[in-house]
This record gives sequence, structure tokens and C-alpha cells, in this order.
Amino acid sequence: MEERMLLIHNGRIVDPARTFDGPADVLIEGDRIARVGPKLDAPGAQRFDASGLVVAPGFIDLHCHLREPGNEPAETIETGTRAAARGGFTAVCCMPNTQPVNDNAAVTRFILDRAAASASVRVWPIGAASHGSMGEGLAEIAAMKDAGIVAVTDDGKPIATAKLLRHVMEYARSLDLPVIEHSEDASLFAGGVMREGPTSVRLGLRGIPAAAESICVARDVQICTLTGARLHVAHMSAKESLDLVRDAKRRGLPVTCEVTPHHFTLTDEDVTYDSRYKMNPPLASRDHRDALLTGLADGGVDAIATDHAPHTQASKDVEFDRAPFGVTGFETALSLALEALVHSGRAPLSRLVELFTSGPARVLRKTRTIAAGEPADLTLFSTEHRWTFRAADSASKSRNTPFDGREFRGAPMATIVAGRVVWQRET
Amino acid sequence: MSFTFRHLLGTEALSRDEITFLLDQSRAFQGIQKQPLKKLATLRGKSAVLAFFETSTRTRISFATAAARLGADTMNLQAESSSTQKGESLVDTVRTLEAMKPDVIVIRHAASGAPHFVAERLGIPVINAGDGLHEHPSQGLLDALTISDRLGRLDDLNVTIVGDIRHSRVARSNIHVLSKFGGRITLCGPAMWLPAEMPGMAPNMRIEPCITQALPGANVVMVLRVQTERLREPSLPPDEYIRLYQMTPARLALARPDAVLMHPGPMIRGLEIDPAVADSPQSTVLEQVTNGVAVRMALLYLLTGGAPSAATPQAG
Repeated sequence: MEERMLLIHNGRIVDPARTFDGPADVLIEGDRIARVGPKLDAPGAQRFDASGLVVAPGFIDLHCHLREPGNEPAETIETGTRAAARGGFTAVCCMPNTQPVNDNAAVTRFILDRAAASASVRVWPIGAASHGSMGEGLAEIAAMKDAGIVAVTDDGKPIATAKLLRHVMEYARSLDLPVIEHSEDASLFAGGVMREGPTSVRLGLRGIPAAAESICVARDVQICTLTGARLHVAHMSAKESLDLVRDAKRRGLPVTCEVTPHHFTLTDEDVTYDSRYKMNPPLASRDHRDALLTGLADGGVDAIATDHAPHTQASKDVEFDRAPFGVTGFETALSLALEALVHSGRAPLSRLVELFTSGPARVLRKTRTIAAGEPADLTLFSTEHRWTFRAADSASKSRNTPFDGREFRGAPMATIVAGRVVWQRET
Repeated sequence: MSFTFRHLLGTEALSRDEITFLLDQSRAFQGIQKQPLKKLATLRGKSAVLAFFETSTRTRISFATAAARLGADTMNLQAESSSTQKGESLVDTVRTLEAMKPDVIVIRHAASGAPHFVAERLGIPVINAGDGLHEHPSQGLLDALTISDRLGRLDDLNVTIVGDIRHSRVARSNIHVLSKFGGRITLCGPAMWLPAEMPGMAPNMRIEPCITQALPGANVVMVLRVQTERLREPSLPPDEYIRLYQMTPARLALARPDAVLMHPGPMIRGLEIDPAVADSPQSTVLEQVTNGVAVRMALLYLLTGGAPSAATPQAG
């Protein structure tokens, strides 16, 4: 049987894994890339004119919450991945804090079955490190790995004790899985709702010091030293955390980290009593935010991850203290990164693409490149397209974003997963 | 000038002129407190909801008295009896109250920003009667009125605030008011209750953990309640607090001889304040309570649409 062919032509390929940046066409046959090169000729192929667009390897989001099973009013695998596709993501890693928690192979298989039936993009589940993420016994990590998880975490909180973390990391190392840490010292967190600083003092909101994060990162790096397992620090928000990760990397430890778009664009000064500004970790002060931007530009940070955390309107429309932590993030991630890194002149376009592609891929020991034989996952975007994000028009079921109404320069334009155009911007 | 605010959510957003205006309006109601018949018909037919989601006796009774003296009806909601215990959201609760068509809602809530949240969602004026650790604007105004009565001015005062500043909404509202009149504010208390960022809130503020250094030259000494019920961090042993920060006659003597000694109440004699200080001629504790009613009458009056001029004839 003749395989379906798709020719992406006239685009600018930016492929950091091959340090390639220039005009080239991509021919897809079936779900794989067949050929890459200038002015490809492919009679009979469907053609996609990528004039004026960047053709990048498919974006990977290392950190999101799809809420299924258990909180389908906030999001489902279907709606969440539709939003991910609109954000240019071709694969998303969903956190295990569902109901029930993804701490066994049955839940992992449920997620993957639902994804096969309803998802727009690839879904790579992350398993719980401990049973129920309760911080006591280990979860069934090997069984989950066979079912398809790509990492373990107790996200929402850190792995409870240094001893448990040690066991998880030793075990994860033997299974060649990274351990993702939500690094946070519970006693310093102490019921806080935003970053401690002048704004928290003025608003009378309980503050969380930046040290609540970095203290735990220090612990996590020490256990990494002890075990040699791969450690990935999630949604990093503090300068000192980044310093610890940089130092660990210098010492050759397998430590990586991610930063979210809201943490590298907003600061604690943006916080009002509007719960759309409530997330954990909280928005950092300006100097910490600037340190994160530096890390994104210079390689200290490995990946941009959204921490897409949908919540229903009813659960967020409450007093700031009572609102759950979290903001949605798929559809605005690339545009925010273009604004903060590329248009600002902080980093070249290839670095931005790396943060969405080969950077997160390395964390998972995967490859992400545009070459013959590779899976045909591609993200096509414009660095110039002007648009306004409207939360009401989001593909997500939830609306809890601080970026509603924001005008952007640069946008995802089409998302290709396994050779299929799963979303294309209407212009 | 006229009062153009729809709500009173805090003193931070008020200008010096607006505060002066509010105090002038409050003075018009002070005289009524001294008359044998204290009730006016000014707000007859109007009603106020007193929505107290956090336990309060003094402030709730003060607002209720203020409303009664203006002839307004009050509807009370208290946390103990409220539907919030049944899981109803704040927005649904206050929309239900609004549907009973009150003219103003007075809200106290343990969550900072709750009055702002309510004000954005209702069509009626909202008065903040204390929100979390944020503000207690009517307290800030009544303290200013009391200072002005005693010292004859509000301008250029040395103000020392002693106690648990971190958790004090009274301190925040007072800082915003007094700094707008050129006040030099010294914050004094145990280090863990004195956020280093606090002096950034207003000009001319400083932190002085040593009470003997904090009091000399003070025109106003404000002693805060030790709000043990609000503390989540390990609290200071009371004896340590008494040793370092209790307002004693000897410490008060470090301030200017004509300094006023204020306390927002309720006070715990023997903890943050020596009984001899609480009962001294310098103490304004009871005047603060009396002025509270006048200030709250002015707020209810202005926010329910009373014209400023109509209040003036009541002055006496």
C-alpha cells in the first residue's frame, strides 16, 4: 500500500540537535520523516506551504496536568491535548496527581488508552514515586515503566523524606528513569500563597520564601550525588535553586531543570487578589526572574515546561487564600518565550527551539531532530504573527490564566504529530 | 471636595485630601455621641449588611451602633451561623445577601483581599471591616481622628508602633494614613514579627527592634495586640515578649511627655500593656472606641449616597 506523503516546503528549519538553521523542505511518508533537503520534489505528495514559518522538531512539554481520571470538569485528555496542539506541543508529559493517582500500571494504561482514543498529541505519562504520592511506600514503578511512564515524581509536593528519595532514586536509576522533584520545604512553605517580599507584606498575603525551594533542591542534589540517579528539578523559581543546578552540572551530576513561561515573564509584583496569579511555586521577585531568564539563555536551564494546571471556574472564583494553585499554559507558552527570549534579544531562536525540543528530550533520554527516519512530529510557528490570546476561546476546559487578553508577536501555526496535521491556526 | 469612592477597601488608595475629608465628616458625627438623644433619621429606610466571616465583637457592634444612630437597619451575618459552614462559596453568599437589596455591605473576613473580591462582584458599596493581615481602614481613620483630637494635628508626627506588626492589619492601615501626613514611623517588635520589607510600604519608616531606641521623641505610641490566634509560626514565649516589649510606665516615659498611647483593643493587660499605662491619662483606648462609631457613621453615610453637606448641620 502506498504511504501517505506530506511535503512541508518553503519553511525555515531550525533544528538545534543538528545545529541546523536554514531553508529546507521536509518530506513525510506515513508517520516518519523520509527526506530533508532543499527544494525536494515529491510527486503525489500533499503540500504544506511553510513560507515565512519556522519548522521545528515537535515540542515536548515535560510538565502538565490533564486531570483525567478524576477531575474531568477541569480538563480531560481530549481537551487538554487539543490545547497542547494549539500551543505547538506534539508530546506532553502528564503528572500523576490524578484521582486515582497514577501509581500503578492500571492507571497508566487507562491514561494511555484514553489518549489513544481521544488525544490530539502524544501523551507520555509520569508515574507517582510513592504509593498515592503519600510519601511512604514506593509505587509500582517497574510495572508502570512497562506500561509506558517516562519518569517518576510526587509532584504537588516533594518526595517526603531524604530516605524515601534515596530509595526512589536508587530504584529509578536501576530502571533508567529520571526522578522529577517538586522541590519545596513544607515547614518554610507553611500555608503561604505567594512569594515572600514587599508585595506579600503590602497585600497581607502569607509569603513563601525563595529558600523554601532552594533548600529542597540542595537536598535533592545531595541525594543525586549519593545515588547517581537522574534528577530533574520541576518548575524552578529561585535563583539559588538555579545556582545549585549549575554547580551540580559542573560536577558532572545528571541534574536538569525546567522553568515555566509564567515564572520567566511575570513577577510577584504582578500579584493582586486575583487568583489567576496564584500558582505554586509562586511568581518570583524580579531579580530571581531575571536569573531564570539568564539560565534559559545560557543553558543553565534545560527546558521550558508549562505546568499547565487547569482548574474549574468555581474552584478558582474564591478568596485568594482558598483558591487552588495553578494556571493553564499550553496555548501561550511559545508566544511568551518568543517575547521574553527572542524579541528581547536575550537568546537566538535556535536556543528557544532547543528549550522546547532537544532540551526536554534529553531529560527523557529521547532524541528530537528533523532527520530521515525520525518520527514525523513537527511544530510550525511564526515569530511575527500578531494575535490576541482569549481565554474564552481556549481549547482547554479551564480559563485560569493570567494572560487573558494579552497581545502577542509570534505564534504556533501548525502542529504535526506522526505525520498528521493535528491543528492549524485559522488566519 | 467630595467623596468619590464607591467602596472603602483600604487606606492605601486614599489621598491625604480624601482622608482629611473623611475625618471632617466624622467630626460632624462626633457631637452626636455626646447628646442625650443620639439617633438621627438620616439613613431611615436604608439598610446595611454586616457580613462578619471572622469573629468580631467590637467592630461589629461599632458598625451596628453607627448604623442604628443613622436610622439604618442592619442585617447580620456571622461566621458561626453562616452558610459558608455548609460549603457555600463567598461569592454565592454575598450575592444572596445582595439580593435582599441592602444599600451597603460591611465585610470582615480572615482572607486578605476578600472585600476586594466581593467589591468586584457586587453592585453595592463595600466597606472593609478588616481583611486577614491586610487592612482595617476604619480603624486607621478612627485612630487618626483620635490623634488629631488629642494633639491638634496629624502632620509631621513621630509614630512608634510596637508589637506583632507582621500580622497586624491595624498597623498597615495606620501606616498608610499617617505616612501621608508626613509621619515618621518606627516599627518595633520581635524580629520574626517585623518583616524587613515593611519600611518599603511608605516613606520615612524604619525598623527598630530595641524598644528603648524606638520610643524617644514619639508623639504617638501605638501598642498592638499580641494576636496569638493568628500565628502559625512558633510563637514567642509570653515572658520573653513582656521582658522586651511590654509597654510599661518607664518605657512610655521615654516618649514625649504629651505622647498619646493608643491600643486598638481588645487589650490583654499584663501582656502587651501594663495596666498602669492602659489607665494612664495618656491612654486614648476608650476615645478610640467612641470615635470608631463617628467614623463608621461617616463611612456608612457617605457610601450610601448621603451628600457631604447634609451631614454638616449635625455637627455640635
